[in-house]
Amino acid sequence: MCRIGSIKSKVPVHPSKALHLMLPQQEGHDNSGFAMVMQDLYGIFSNYKDKPLLSLACTQAGAHLVEEYMDSHNFLQLAEWIPVPDKKPDLDIQAMPYYIFRNYDYPEHCDSKEEREELLLDTRLALREILDCAGEGYVYSFWPDVLTLKEIGDPRDIATYFRLWDDNGCLVAKNIIAQCRQNTNYDIVRYAAHPFFLQGYTLCANGENTFYTKNKEFQKSLHRGYIGFESDSQNFLYTLHYVLHELKWPLPYYKHVITPLPFAEIDQREDREVLKAIRQSLANLEINGPNTIIAGLPDGRMMTCCDSKKLRPVVLGGDDTMVAISSEVCGLNEILPHRDMTKDIYPNEREIVVIDNELEVKRWKQ
Amino acid sequence: METIKVQDIAVNDLPWVIEHHADRCTLCGSCVASCTFGSIKPVVERQSITVSQANQPTPLHRRIAVPIIQQVADLAKACRGCGMCERVCPNQAIHPRRNPDSRKTLLSRDNGPVKRGGRTNLNAQRTLDNIVVGRISQMTDPSLDAQRHTFDIRAPFGRVLAANELPLKMENGKLLMAKKTPPVQWIYPLIFSDMSIGALSTRAWEAVALACAYLNEKCGLPVRMSSGEGGMPVKLLESEYLKYFIIQIASGHFGWNRIIKAMPHMVTDPGGVLIKIGQGAKPGDGGLLQAEKVAEHVQAIRGVPKATLASPPNHQGLYSIEESVQKMHLSMNAAFGFRVPVAIKCAASATSVSVYNNLLRDPYKICGGFFIDGIQGGTGAANEVSLDHTGHPIVSKIRDCYLAAVKQGLQGQIPLFGGGGIGMTGNAAADAFKMICLGANGVFCGKILIQLLGCVGNEKGRCNSCNTGKCPTGICTQDPRLVKRLDVDRGAQKIVDYVLTFDQELRKLMAPIGNSSLPVGRSDALVSTDKAIADKLGIQYVC
Ligand code: SF4
Ligand code: SF4
Repeated sequence: MCRIGSIKSKVPVHPSKALHLMLPQQEGHDNSGFAMVMQDLYGIFSNYKDKPLLSLACTQAGAHLVEEYMDSHNFLQLAEWIPVPDKKPDLDIQAMPYYIFRNYDYPEHCDSKEEREELLLDTRLALREILDCAGEGYVYSFWPDVLTLKEIGDPRDIATYFRLWDDNGCLVAKNIIAQCRQNTNYDIVRYAAHPFFLQGYTLCANGENTFYTKNKEFQKSLHRGYIGFESDSQNFLYTLHYVLHELKWPLPYYKHVITPLPFAEIDQREDREVLKAIRQSLANLEINGPNTIIAGLPDGRMMTCCDSKKLRPVVLGGDDTMVAISSEVCGLNEILPHRDMTKDIYPNEREIVVIDNELEVKRWKQ
Repeated sequence: METIKVQDIAVNDLPWVIEHHADRCTLCGSCVASCTFGSIKPVVERQSITVSQANQPTPLHRRIAVPIIQQVADLAKACRGCGMCERVCPNQAIHPRRNPDSRKTLLSRDNGPVKRGGRTNLNAQRTLDNIVVGRISQMTDPSLDAQRHTFDIRAPFGRVLAANELPLKMENGKLLMAKKTPPVQWIYPLIFSDMSIGALSTRAWEAVALACAYLNEKCGLPVRMSSGEGGMPVKLLESEYLKYFIIQIASGHFGWNRIIKAMPHMVTDPGGVLIKIGQGAKPGDGGLLQAEKVAEHVQAIRGVPKATLASPPNHQGLYSIEESVQKMHLSMNAAFGFRVPVAIKCAASATSVSVYNNLLRDPYKICGGFFIDGIQGGTGAANEVSLDHTGHPIVSKIRDCYLAAVKQGLQGQIPLFGGGGIGMTGNAAADAFKMICLGANGVFCGKILIQLLGCVGNEKGRCNSCNTGKCPTGICTQDPRLVKRLDVDRGAQKIVDYVLTFDQELRKLMAPIGNSSLPVGRSDALVSTDKAIADKLGIQYVC
């Protein structure tokens, strides 16, 4: 089972905050790993917010391969943070030899937004392929102002290893999406741990997607970035990316794609023509099964929604400076004990709830 | 003593032998009257009996003449095993028995190829029964509740565009349709397949049509019925109910005269148009309606004289079949103002994937559905050699076509419908569900509908006499006396009840795999205990 959580804050927060959000829910998430995506970074990354940041876990050989590739493709290294781990004995962590977080400058003549987005994706895919073939490491994200960390083990020990309990101001962000479990359904593969990331979109899911095969078979030919499929939750991310980034449809249509309204309801609506067309054209992206998702968008907004039968819960709550989303309310109680609980939102099966950058919460009914 | 004439046909050469118990027979004559094939006749038999009536044995030997029921030893009048005689006999004095030593297949070719109706009798293997729904939601992924949850059991019928081809424009954060898109209707995934008026009696056709309309109007199930190649009654063409019907056009174009004449008077569009290229029961062979069945009303509907009506095996065009099919697609689309989906039906064949690819890649996007008909489809009349020895099973064909579309990312753009043997063992919902998991959007079936009406034919040579005009159940004949045997309302009700149960059973299969809409292409939900089938279909092998 899975539990997911996210924090959106006006003041940058440490990853320990996300751990405090997640750990009370541990009965539901089995403590088999820790993964997070941080966006809108401060601390040591403050000066490089507009430069792509590569998040990597690899061996020494892997690091060389990456360097070689980046050099030969005219990426200029600007800054680097290699965490010095706290290698206490008896920590439950299957650590990789190196964790590298490195900012690069774009190669020359790569100026437009679109060009850069494509280049960053191509580069990540190429690095992934190189590291996969050599069996020397994992690349999780390559994007400005985004850092990804994933590891297998007990989340507390992983945090100790990376000194995430120290709260020393070096690693902080305004947006964090986190999850404390490796894949318990299938093989333990680092790529299978959410959150997943693609071109500015981050996504975590709690639950199952029984249309995994359908989604996968369709997504495979939709976009070169839709790869891996180590987890059925990647489908949610790829569909989010497809609807928003490729088709450029507004966010509420994402919900119409993954959990379309029943035909009987569509027929009652004014926009039935469009909704029907979407439902039939993207029938293969429909998602069935019990699930909840939390996603981060490239512009910093955060959103959550759940399956159309509301078989998996999620709750959102907060105060003036911080709003958090969590599978279980105990997580919110831990990090936001003084919030007005009566304002907590339990999204229903037809809602998308969005937190914007001013921490205003909007609810859209499908 | 007579000389034995070995070349003469004897009763024991026939596929069915009648067992008559003279001791129970009261000579009411019902069986002889009910037998439409003239397979039995009353004759007088000489019997010798010895009776003793006194206290002591006083045997008295007598010869008497007794009327009995005797089977006719004639290939043309061979008993079909239909069992009508048995049904009507008040004393259980008569019934047909299958004769394993029949020589009929060998001996009945004196006048050219043997013709019959029904399904293939040689290729009745059941791939679908080697597949089970094996991916059951447990624990973290709860099953749905077949009773409580809502299920959207609908299939698209019409040409579906890729999302990035939709002519959408944005206004105030809302998407609007900027242009017309090809018509798509969401229909029930079970289509009543094409059986023409002519092949069926008007009453049987009416019963199926009645069931279709009832399911739409009263049960909320948008079931569509294909007219078959033989036109439709003008009254229906000009009624509101036309929207539930898919009008078929086949190579003989029978009935289109009337359809075209009715067009200005139509109050609604038909549910669709189906261009029939081929039929699974007799691929490569055109339609066949033997003169015996071309009654007056059939002549009127089809606009033909009384004669054997053979549709050519191909649609004829000046240049090529593709060209004529293309033209037909376009003209059918145009005929109804591009408001009605136009689909195509082909016999399953080793080449089906290429056909499907052609349709998928067609730049005009005019094909609204690909119907593939497998070897186990039924027919009203065909050469037995075609029925038994040509064709292609449907299950792997649907899968192949689906996977061909997947490979190109085009799945779902031309809905796939599979037929030919669906419900052969009575379990149409399970068959349909498995076909859908393998990639079909829906299924079509015909034979089981007439079986629900009362047809007694099967794949073991029972009856299969639909071509003769002597259908004992009044379904496949135009003889007014026989047609009266069919109770239209009762027949329609039987179909309605079956479809309602079909719907419940589909839910019972969707719930455990946790799906509220049809699991098209969810091959992961299926497993097979047969390795070869599992490998061929790309599903899990289990044992
Ligand atoms: S079984 Fe049918 S065909 Fe045979 S004798 Fe009886 S009624 Fe006639
Ligand atoms: S009962 Fe009628 S429809 Fe059925 S097989 Fe016999 S002739 Fe054909």
